[in-house]
Order: sequence, then C-alpha cells, then structure tokens
Amino acid sequence: MVQNIINVKNLSKSFDISSKEPGLKGTIKHFFRRQTKSLKVIKDISFEIKEGEIVGFLGANGAGKTTILKMLCGLIYPSEGSILVSGYLPFRRKENFLKNITLIMGQKQQLIWDLPPIESFYLNASIYDLDKFEAKKRIKKLSEMIEIDEELYIPVRKLSLGQRMKSELLAALIHEPNILFLDEPTLGLDINAQRNLRKFLQKYNKETNATICLTSHYMKDITSLCKRVICVHEGAISYDGKLDLLLKKLSPVKEILIVCRSEEDAIKLENSGFTVKNKIKNEITIKIENNSITSSLKTILNNFDIEDLFINEPPVDEVIGKVLIKKDYDI
Amino acid sequence: MNLRKYLKVYKKFLHTSLASELEYQTNILVDLITAILSLVGSIFLLSIFFQNSGYIGGWKFEQALIIQAIYTILNGITNTWFNPNLTEIVKHIREGTLDFVLLKPIDSQFFISLKKINPSGFLEIMLGFLLLFFCIRINQINLNLSFLTLSSITISCSICILYSLWFFISTSTIWFVKTWNAIEVLRSFLYIGRFPLSSFSFSLRIFFSVFIPIAFITTIPSEVFLGLTVFWKILLEIIVATLFLINSRKFWLFAIKFYSSASS
Repeated sequence: MVQNIINVKNLSKSFDISSKEPGLKGTIKHFFRRQTKSLKVIKDISFEIKEGEIVGFLGANGAGKTTILKMLCGLIYPSEGSILVSGYLPFRRKENFLKNITLIMGQKQQLIWDLPPIESFYLNASIYDLDKFEAKKRIKKLSEMIEIDEELYIPVRKLSLGQRMKSELLAALIHEPNILFLDEPTLGLDINAQRNLRKFLQKYNKETNATICLTSHYMKDITSLCKRVICVHEGAISYDGKLDLLLKKLSPVKEILIVCRSEEDAIKLENSGFTVKNKIKNEITIKIENNSITSSLKTILNNFDIEDLFINEPPVDEVIGKVLIKKDYDI
Repeated sequence: MNLRKYLKVYKKFLHTSLASELEYQTNILVDLITAILSLVGSIFLLSIFFQNSGYIGGWKFEQALIIQAIYTILNGITNTWFNPNLTEIVKHIREGTLDFVLLKPIDSQFFISLKKINPSGFLEIMLGFLLLFFCIRINQINLNLSFLTLSSITISCSICILYSLWFFISTSTIWFVKTWNAIEVLRSFLYIGRFPLSSFSFSLRIFFSVFIPIAFITTIPSEVFLGLTVFWKILLEIIVATLFLINSRKFWLFAIKFYSSASS
C-alpha cells in the first residue's frame, strides 16, 4: 500500500496586513499610525498526498496556493493545525528533511547571475555534501534528461528564460529530492519550453517516484501532469479529487458538429428532438450529455445521411475557470 | 556541525564570488583606487587635526595612526565580507529569495554572512596592516607573544562586534523591509572610530561605549598596541563581543520565524 508522504490537518495561516487610504492624507496617516489587521489566508484545510503522486493546486490569484506550498516546505510557520511532510515538521527545517525536498519558483531564481549555471550546480552539490565525482554524474544525468548542454557554460545573464528555467530545475534537483514543490514553474516560458519542462517532470516522476506538488495558471501543466487536483478558493479547499471527475462535473455536455449530405437532412435532424445550438445550411451543431453520447451518435448515424462529424470538447481553461470562482464542488 | 562540509562550502563561496566579481574588471580597479585614495585622505585629515597641538585626547599623531590602521583593517573586512553579504540580506528579504537560503541543508546565518566577498576590500586590509607595521616601527613597539595574543584577541573581538552590529540591522529588514538608512547611519558612526575615544566629550564617550560600542572596536585594540590598556578593558571587550555574537545568533533565529516570504 502506498504511504501518505504529506499529511495536513486543520491547517490555518493568518498574516498581519496593513492597509493604506489613497492620497497624501492617507500616506501621512499610514506613516504615523499604521493600521494592521489580521487576515486569515488559509482556513482550516486538511488533505493527504501519497508518495509518487502529482497533485495540482488550482486557484485564482491570492487564493492561498503559494502559502500552502510554502508551509509544506517549511518556509512559513502555520498559525494553527498540523503538517507532517515525510515524517518531519517542515518548519523545523531539519537537515534530513531539507535534503529530501526542493522548491522551484517560476518567478525567482537561485542561480548566480554573473556565472555559468555549472558553477551554481557545484556550489549546491557542496551544500548537499556531494563529492565532485557524484556531482558530475548527477549533472550529466540531469542535463541529458532536461536536454541542456552548452548552456551550462554560458553566464546565466546571457541565457534565455527557457534555458534559465531548465538550469534552475537542474540546480534544484541535484540532490535528487523525493518531494518537489513547484510554484508556477512554466511562468513566462514559450509553448515548446513549457512542453519540454512538463515532459521532464513526467520522466522525473516516473524514474524516481518523486512526489510533486504543483501550482500553475497554465491549464496544460495541470491536465498533462496531474491526475489529482486540489482547488483552493479564498484559503479553503473547494475540491480535492480526480481532475477528470471535476471536468466531467463541470462540463456535462459535449458539442457535436454534424455535416449532413443535404440541407433537408439537416432540417430533419433539427426537428428530431436533439438540443440544437445552431444550424448553417447543411451543418448543424447539437449538444449531447456525456452519458448518452454513444447511443445518440448511433441513432444519428443510423437514421440520417451524414457526411462528416466532429466532437468538440469544451476548452479546459474555460471549465477550470469556473472552479476558480466557485466556493464548493461536491462531486 | 560538519566542519569539513562547511570548509568545502566556504571554498566554493570564495571561488564563485571571486569569479563573479572578476567579471567586472573596471569596477575592481575603481574600488582599488578608491581604497588607496580613502586611506591617503584619512591620514591627511588626521594630520590636519594634529597640526596645531601635538596631542588630541592625550594621543600623539604617531599613536593615533594606530587607530587609523585598525580602522582601515576593519573597514577592509567590512568591505570584503559584511557589506556585500549583509546588504544582500535586505535584497533576499525584499525579493523573497531568502526562501532558497532557508531551504538549504546548511546554517542559514553562515550562508548569508559569508556567501559573497568583494576582493577589492583585500587591498584595504593589506594597506591597514602595512600602516600598522609602520606604526609598530615608529612607536617602537616591542613585538612579543603576549602582545601578539592580546592584539589578535582584541581585533577579533572588534570584528565580532562590527559583524553583529551590521547583522542586527540587516536582520531587522524582516520586519521593517527597508533598513538601508540605518546601515548608512552605522557607517557614519564607524568613521568616528578613526579618532581616540578620549578626544570626545564625556557624554559622547558614554554614547560610543554603551549604545554603539565604537570604543570597543578601535580604541581598545589600539591601546593594546601602545601598552596603554588595562586588563579589565580587554576582558570587557571579550564579554561585549561574546554577548553581541550570541545575541546576533538568537536574533536571527527569532527573526526568521517572522519571515513571511515575498508574495509571488
């Protein structure tokens, strides 16, 4: 039986936030008498993650995804509740715990700006107490997996964003962690770089059975990597479960574009009881519920003269977008 | 603590930061010229003060030069290690990159205090030592083992106090975010360390001994060089340095509990 590697129970986090009124008067008031209020950004959340799982955290900006990730890796102290990651209390940041995890942030970098990435890799290797031979072996293995080669010897400031991100990944994985926390790792990357990064993460997960917790605003990252998603809405979990179940729930119908041989057939189909979205000459678009799609298509193909047929999935972004604004999904 | 690992990491720190700094040759050259001009200017200023009367606060010009030499060494150490590293803390906290430091299996205070070096500060340290040897000659100081031990202890204590002062201010960034002005104020106070403490009024002497211990940083080591100091002063400097160092550690461990990381 696969063990839980992350256990979170009734976790909450509050921050003291100061607010400022607009204008000069507000600025002076803010300078002399700062008004702070406690804001609960994470509200009593509980979940478990199994070893080797890839879990996507979904939510609008400010929903609390990054705060959860930072509490899981021990950067932020929780206000209430308990977290156990790989058997450790993360915020104690014990050496063995830190050797097991890594955090990769799409918008922050740890590489030394003026030097080639290889220098940062060897520096990290010494911090993780790896000898030169072992470090060299791991750099070779990871650079082959991640497909970087001569970029290793070019100063970071001269690398493209995609090349930098690959190097960041390598720097963060040199100690072969078994838990990866990824906060928007594909931010700002072009489509090919995004795809390569996803491919690498899939390969890394498959080869090392590493657990991956991922936040991303690019739905392709989530759909191609995560079977399970945790949706966060205003600091609380609105859904925790399989991604395909969520998609089915959120888009219960499919749109089917049918091209009939003649306009007469299209009219006949229009009047046959299906929900019609639109009709242009011999082309008709109908909506069919997911659970009756096979039987409906059989009826159409048997009773009408059909030239062509297209099944359109609703865009995932559009579907997931609904999650970001809704408080609760009971599946 | 695995000493071998920390030495290995420090060797890497030295290598990477030297390589980073040497990427910009002109900057290094400008820093080197600045260090020489700054020392020449300071000695010139000191000689002006001594032009009318041969003594300031009971110190001769040749004796006051020792303070200048120790100040130059300490300023060199500040420019080599404290300035590049401890100003980086402010950047780490403001930009949230302290995350990477805290998640490394290495002491975070060691990492942020020693990761960078500015090689041009080495020249200042060397110039300081040259001036110190010159002062030892002109003041006809007898170099014996007890003198060398006491002077090394007091200079080490000065380094600890100076480091702790910088570290306290930089760490407070966790709450106040911008503390750059406080660092500049500290630097200004340190300029005072170029003059003998006895040349100031009683109230200023108290202020620079109790509140900002400039007296401990330059005057006491200089007194050791001249054989003017008394044992209790050295003991007091050791106690002050130990307290400062211990408290800087405690303060750091306390402060990082409040680190909320920058928003993404």
